[in-house]
Amino acid sequence: MASVTFEHVTKRFGDFVAVNDLNLHIEDREFLVLVGPSGCGKTTTLRCLAGLEDVTEGIIKIGDTVVNDVPPKDRDIAMVFQSYALYPHMTVFDNMAFGLKLRKVPKEEIKRRVEEAAQILGIENLLKRKPRELSGGQRQRVAVGRAIVREPKVFLFDEPLSNLDAKLRVQTRAELSKLHQRLQTTFVYVTHDQMEAMTMATRIAVMNKGVLQQLDTPQNLYDRPANLFVAGFIGSPSMNFFPAHIRKDGSDLYVDADSFKVKIPEQRAKPYYNYAGREVIFGIRPEDIHNPQFAPPGIHAEPVEARVDVIELMGNEIFLYLVNGRHNFVARVDPRTRFKVGEQVQVVFNMDNFHIFDPAVDRENPVAVR
Amino acid sequence: MAKEAAYVPNILRQGRWVPWLYLGPALILMSIFILYPGLNTLYLSFRNQNGSDWAYTTCLAGQPCWGIFENYRYALTSSIMRTAFGNNLKWILFMVSGTVLLGLLIATLADRVRYEALAKAIIFMPMAISFVGAGVIWKFVYDYGSSQVQIGLLNALITSLGGRPVSWLTEPQINTLALIVVGIWMWTGFCMTVLSAAIKGVPAELLEAARVDGANEWTVFWQIRVPLILPTIAVVITTMIINVLKIFDIVYVMTGGNYGTEVIANRLYIEMYTSYNTGRAAAIAMVLTVIIIPAIIFNIRRFRAQEAMR
Repeated sequence: MASVTFEHVTKRFGDFVAVNDLNLHIEDREFLVLVGPSGCGKTTTLRCLAGLEDVTEGIIKIGDTVVNDVPPKDRDIAMVFQSYALYPHMTVFDNMAFGLKLRKVPKEEIKRRVEEAAQILGIENLLKRKPRELSGGQRQRVAVGRAIVREPKVFLFDEPLSNLDAKLRVQTRAELSKLHQRLQTTFVYVTHDQMEAMTMATRIAVMNKGVLQQLDTPQNLYDRPANLFVAGFIGSPSMNFFPAHIRKDGSDLYVDADSFKVKIPEQRAKPYYNYAGREVIFGIRPEDIHNPQFAPPGIHAEPVEARVDVIELMGNEIFLYLVNGRHNFVARVDPRTRFKVGEQVQVVFNMDNFHIFDPAVDRENPVAVR
Repeated sequence: MAKEAAYVPNILRQGRWVPWLYLGPALILMSIFILYPGLNTLYLSFRNQNGSDWAYTTCLAGQPCWGIFENYRYALTSSIMRTAFGNNLKWILFMVSGTVLLGLLIATLADRVRYEALAKAIIFMPMAISFVGAGVIWKFVYDYGSSQVQIGLLNALITSLGGRPVSWLTEPQINTLALIVVGIWMWTGFCMTVLSAAIKGVPAELLEAARVDGANEWTVFWQIRVPLILPTIAVVITTMIINVLKIFDIVYVMTGGNYGTEVIANRLYIEMYTSYNTGRAAAIAMVLTVIIIPAIIFNIRRFRAQEAMR
């Protein structure tokens, strides 16, 4: 059990900056998920923490110890690899016992720990098998088992679910959460899947192009994304963005996207008065766009006309791909909605939940204004 | 079930004689160039020196005689052949272990440096030199001048350090080893190349997992890397054994099999082309073939097993 600290960590491969001035403090017993698109530096960050890569600049601490020059074997960490990396020539038991044998743990103790871990993971009956005789899900369990028998200070996971089928992934997600509660140890988990991040993490670190974008709880990331990248990355389908201007009419503020205009409710208008007349990006999540017939009562509903382009029936909900002027956007509406493709319809935006991003500072990744 | 087993897909229905048509050219070539010479060699091994009569006619009165197997008596029990067997055994022990261990070492080390391609090219270079060329190069290295001037590289080194020059190629205890060194120099490149490919086939994540698990580089090598490339090591070993059993050129060029450096293949050559004794040469050839067969069978099995795993 230990905290993990990155202080001004930079990792370069030649000219390529994989991780750029990362500052991150992971609390003891936290389940921290590093998430981002491929190539964002999340796996490099994890590998630096594991000691499999040397950092170019900055320091990494596990607990209070600086581990920059400590080899992986002495960092007291365990890692679950994307490919599981089970030793193909060893049985499941030997795979799990390998690290303990190297640490000269007594034989009975090894047996006890391996059997206990196997029991937690439900793989007691597989201990004598070789990895090639196991299914993908079983291999994944063995890889986790190999990590937990070591009883390390920090667990590292590198996309451990990406080779499982969708159903097993959902199931294993829950099991990993349970395991975290049970072991009460620091977990650092890398994934490109924002669903995994949202469901398991105590806190999420969103990365892009080597830069930490936002570090927050799943709910805060979803409700209050710090910038356009985070807003677009978290949530599926992702948030709709409209280039727009803020307009002032009397004491009322409007978002004017040329082909539609929506009023900003009074209690949320305050931060945007200074933006009157300025160019912004208006963001709204698909679930905050409703069929007026089924819109929840009491919301600040603003009507918008749109043409239905594509309809995707999901059973419990419907995704509408809508067109308004030059804007394309997605709405996630009540399954009782009976719209037809090509039909001109009216939807409502729930203006209690919208986001405004200011492109003035960083055009590539406008920051949220609230 | 029986019905299913008899099922042949349309694409494979070609009549009874079509497969033979495809096999024909290969079968004919194999018969002319392998089957016939093989059987004829077997026949000749029971005949006298020019194949004109049975081998027992070469028996001398008062000497041991194996009748029709007389040539095999020579091939298995004569003192020169016993020397050859002994030397071939030495070759197997030292050259196979030398090339495989060095090849493994170099392949492992080269895997970790930036100029890997260059390093491997240099080690592999002797493979591209003809045995005769290598023999000449190494004759210079081992040269022993009877006068005070030593032009041989090794003896020049030894004398410059104040030692006494050694006659590397005629000294009975060391000359075979000196020849084996040449063999190792030539064949390490081969072992290195094959083993290097196997080493690169071991997923990097496995080695990383072992390092995170607490293994140092030594443990990673012996407990992860070597077990994983063991099938390849086995194939390299058997291939080298076959090569070494057939070793001929180095010995022929450098010592001609004299001074106790005789090997089976060189004896075979001498019986055939110097003594013109086809019977004895054929018998030695048969013995050599029988010795090599197990290694070949092992290699084929291994190869099939690897194919099956794909």
